[in-house]
Amino acid sequence: MSDLRDLYQEVILDHSKRPRNFRKPETVTGEAHGRNPLCGDTLTVFVDVKDGTIKDIAWEGHGCAISTASASMMTESLKGKTLAEGNNLFEWFHRLLTAPPDLGAPAGPLGKLAVFSGVREFPVRVKCATLAWHTLRAALDRDARPVSTE
Amino acid sequence: MIVRTAAPLDVVRVRRDFPIFERTVRGKRLVYLDNANSTQKPRAVLEAERSFYERGYANIHRGVYLLSQEATEAYDRARARVAGFIGAKNPAEVVFVRGTTEGINLVASSWGRSHLAAGDEVVVSEMEHHSGIVPWQLACAAAGARLRVIPVTDAGELDLDAASAMITPKTKFVSLIHVSNAMGTINPVREVVDLAKRHGIPVLLDGAQAISHGPIDVEALGCDFYVFSGHKLFAPTGIGVLWGRAALLDAMPPYQGGGNMIHTVTFEKTTYAPLPFKFEAGTVNIAGALGLHAAIDYVEGLSWDAIAAHERTLLARALDRLAAIPGLTLQGKPAHRAPVISLTVEGIHPHDIGTVLDAEGIAVRAGHHCAQPLMARFGVPATVRASLSFYNTLEDVDALGTGIERSIEVFRG
Repeated sequence: MSDLRDLYQEVILDHSKRPRNFRKPETVTGEAHGRNPLCGDTLTVFVDVKDGTIKDIAWEGHGCAISTASASMMTESLKGKTLAEGNNLFEWFHRLLTAPPDLGAPAGPLGKLAVFSGVREFPVRVKCATLAWHTLRAALDRDARPVSTE
Repeated sequence: MIVRTAAPLDVVRVRRDFPIFERTVRGKRLVYLDNANSTQKPRAVLEAERSFYERGYANIHRGVYLLSQEATEAYDRARARVAGFIGAKNPAEVVFVRGTTEGINLVASSWGRSHLAAGDEVVVSEMEHHSGIVPWQLACAAAGARLRVIPVTDAGELDLDAASAMITPKTKFVSLIHVSNAMGTINPVREVVDLAKRHGIPVLLDGAQAISHGPIDVEALGCDFYVFSGHKLFAPTGIGVLWGRAALLDAMPPYQGGGNMIHTVTFEKTTYAPLPFKFEAGTVNIAGALGLHAAIDYVEGLSWDAIAAHERTLLARALDRLAAIPGLTLQGKPAHRAPVISLTVEGIHPHDIGTVLDAEGIAVRAGHHCAQPLMARFGVPATVRASLSFYNTLEDVDALGTGIERSIEVFRG
């Protein structure tokens, strides 16, 4: 059961029940749609980028607790950040999820996002946690192609 | 009136035949409820494969030496055993394939290529597994034929009136799942076969789920093709069966070319081996066939009556237990069902339930079960599916109920 509490930490449950920035912004400079065909999770990420800074970021969609909380917390973490900072955070987040479980969780600039370290114990759920981030990347690239985890 | 009363299944003893139940999962007793996906293997199956590789291994059909001769005879016996198991009169009508998927692909490709033309129709159902949809989409696309779909009712049953209207002289083939892998529905396949036979249309039945829950008699079913996978019948992966009527199989071109499926080869003209070898190109899964033989012996040794009675008890308990959980919806409530249950819980994603259950040692499937059109029909992206087998216990069923209640605590709490 300890693994389970590591995965579904209070912060994650809170964000999954009350997702933040769950809306479409008034100004959208980029958006992308992402889905995980395995479980039917689907979400759209909207960004408003000006002068290399993420002025606003929001999302809509539905999915499991992990993908919902990840999308919600991603938008909270990135609002006001520069694109370079955002990219850096994605790299760290990815490292957090894919590092071998016996290594300590890398902290870096992750802050609250470190609560996702428990996902490492459940490899099939890594795609749930990264769906929003991959979709964001497509939105920033203004890549019209939908993102798929498969 | 003859009342058949089989001795009840001794589940404790049966479980000892399956080495997997000796291990724990995440520190918990293994509660394996993913039998519609694949089944566990009894020691007799493992031993059949092992002893073949250790003491009897050689390739079949090719050697002049004793080992090869023995292997060939064992492989032939496995084929005859399968024929007897499904009520087929002629073992040459039993083709060993990799599994259900390959069996359906073989028929859709070979029969489709030689029989379908523009304007023809192929009828499937809304509750097909993807392996009963995609091969026919490919065959229809190649021929310019049209795929038609028998709808499913709110209960998760076939709409037989629609089927009756849909099967017309334009229909050239009917391909139907015998038991739904997603909802457990036991389809009235005999009725559909009768509809097809009014027009002389061949029918394929996908027996992947039906094969482990009761006896199959292809003659009584009246179908023309029947396919199933060994791994869903307690046999190894990579072995399955396509049974087809000899007249139809004879009229079909080979699916794959290669060794073993030919009579003579020259660059001018190649002639093919007789059934079933025409459809068994290359070195086959000999050990898998012997494992399947052992699995059939094992299941029939338990008796279908005893298995069915035990599974009915488990299913009734599971349906009662789950129906008592607030916010839980059973997806599909077919009147006739195998012990396969799809469910959703309001506000909780099936994958999260699956993960909580996993932490309790309970293995279920969470997802679309390779039946996306059926999921769309019921307006859900995914479900939790619990599928039972004869080695499951009432304790397993209760653990499922408790585990789902635990998920609700975690996510609503």
